[in-house]
Amino acid sequence: MKFAKTHEWVKIENNVATVGITDYAQNEMGDIVYVDMPEVGRVVAIDEEVLELESVKAVAPVNSPVAGTVIEVNEELDKAPEMVNSDAYNAWLFKVEVTEESGELMSEEEYQNYLKTL
Amino acid sequence: MKTVFELSKPGRKAYQFPECHLLAYEFDSKYLSENELELPEVDEVSLVRHYTELSNHAYGVDNGFYPLGSCTMKYNPKINEITAALPGFTNLHPLQKKRDIQGSLELMYRLQEALKQITGMGAMSLQPAAGAHGEYTGLKIIKKYHTDRGDLSRTKIIVPDSAHGTNPASSTLCGLQLVNIPSLEDGSVDLDALSAACGADTAGLMLTNPNTLGKFDKNITKISQIVHDAGGLLYYDGANMNAIMGVARPGDMGFDVVHLNLHKTFATPHGGGGPGAGPVGVCEKLASYLPSPHVTKDRSGTYSLSTPENTIGSVKAFYGNFNVLVKAYTYILVLGREGLRNASEMAVLNANYLKHLLKKYDYDKDSRCMHEFVLSMEKVHKETGVSALDIAKSMIDYGIHPPTMYFPNIVHEALMFEPTETETKETLEEVAAIIIEIIDRAYTNPEEVKNSPKAAYITRPDEVKAAREPKLKA
Repeated sequence: MKFAKTHEWVKIENNVATVGITDYAQNEMGDIVYVDMPEVGRVVAIDEEVLELESVKAVAPVNSPVAGTVIEVNEELDKAPEMVNSDAYNAWLFKVEVTEESGELMSEEEYQNYLKTL
Repeated sequence: MKTVFELSKPGRKAYQFPECHLLAYEFDSKYLSENELELPEVDEVSLVRHYTELSNHAYGVDNGFYPLGSCTMKYNPKINEITAALPGFTNLHPLQKKRDIQGSLELMYRLQEALKQITGMGAMSLQPAAGAHGEYTGLKIIKKYHTDRGDLSRTKIIVPDSAHGTNPASSTLCGLQLVNIPSLEDGSVDLDALSAACGADTAGLMLTNPNTLGKFDKNITKISQIVHDAGGLLYYDGANMNAIMGVARPGDMGFDVVHLNLHKTFATPHGGGGPGAGPVGVCEKLASYLPSPHVTKDRSGTYSLSTPENTIGSVKAFYGNFNVLVKAYTYILVLGREGLRNASEMAVLNANYLKHLLKKYDYDKDSRCMHEFVLSMEKVHKETGVSALDIAKSMIDYGIHPPTMYFPNIVHEALMFEPTETETKETLEEVAAIIIEIIDRAYTNPEEVKNSPKAAYITRPDEVKAAREPKLKA
């Protein structure tokens, strides 16, 4: 699992990237009440805003750490957006068939150190 | 408490009509409703008690301090209600002949002229019904201006991330693509980011000045130059106009389109007491794009309604919310040029005094603010678990309306205060003491703060459940 500065996690297996937000991000957001999912088939660029998360406090964008085509979205979150709060690392948001990966992703250790600077 | 429908009993009534001397008129049955109207049937005293009880559960600026940042919940002088209730204004019909409503048209014309002077713009439309409606109208004008010149590539609108949430919403509704640029720590525009975002596809920039952190962006003329050099137009979100009335003018700063919130800056009722009014002002070269109809005055002194040559069309039926316009015009006449300036100066002084009293918790400790400022409860939250929300809720128990929370987004655990010009020094001191007391209690008895308010009619609604499972029908 790798991490972006904008607090997304990404797991790449067999050229498919699974993307979610980190536990730090869900904690900052507060109770998530709505996930505005992207359309399957959409072509996204690295760091492009793919969807918006809505919490009781604010609306925040989620960027794609990879370039490629969105092939699946987590429809379970439609009914249960609170899963992002309770289990951020299992509540994935969308999957992308990867054409290119961001060169600026961090390891878990690097991400933890990055959080200390915030 | 029960709703007025739950109080209903067949046959009870709170009205009495005089005897009817007209002959009954037989309507064609196709015009008649097939179902009985479901109206509550309530006797007069029950009706009066019902609404009196409701009003006791409500809270407004007439009850106490209401420092909702970026919303300018200012006191609405009662004289505004007197003028707006004059029968000459209330007994009008929008389809009346223009020669019979010259006085009302004159009022609108004079209000247009006054707002032009206050904002430094070349022309003004009073039609939009609210601030966001004004934004939408202004963006329509910007869009049409570009397309009429055959410049079809200008599809992007730049909005700083410290902007009011309505800015991105209005842009999207108007079919423009949003480009978000980061703000500097004091909420001002990052000039490098702006330059990088500007190009041949830029329709314009939307900006609030002073910004949502209550800071006047000193780079405004540079910002204006960058956007204009790229061929874009500048849009002024007038929500924070209360800081600069009679002192600075968006037109002089280089803005091409401006909206005002009469229900904020010009003391007409706001938030449930509405409706609002969001006049839009434009520079000379955009005057022909204003909504139709537009009030004009000819050489003989006759007022009429005209259709500007390149108009974007009507954005509201008829002339906008006319009675709101009467109230705003009254406010302007009562205060006059000096009074308006004085109101803004007092608003800024009050905000700075309250900011000073609370400086320990200030997001931006060292410098002065305009008409509003932002506290950050981040430290309190980390140390006690008590959030900005809890502190805001606790203020309700002290008879104070909470400030704006969690806005602007760039400040963690934000509480944004706008005391407005009419609060006394004593009120500000009392409020500061209460806020400090609540924060102190967060350290000594955090659970108590987290469980507040206790004294309010409604204590803590489940906001998460309300958002996740909205129940929109009874």
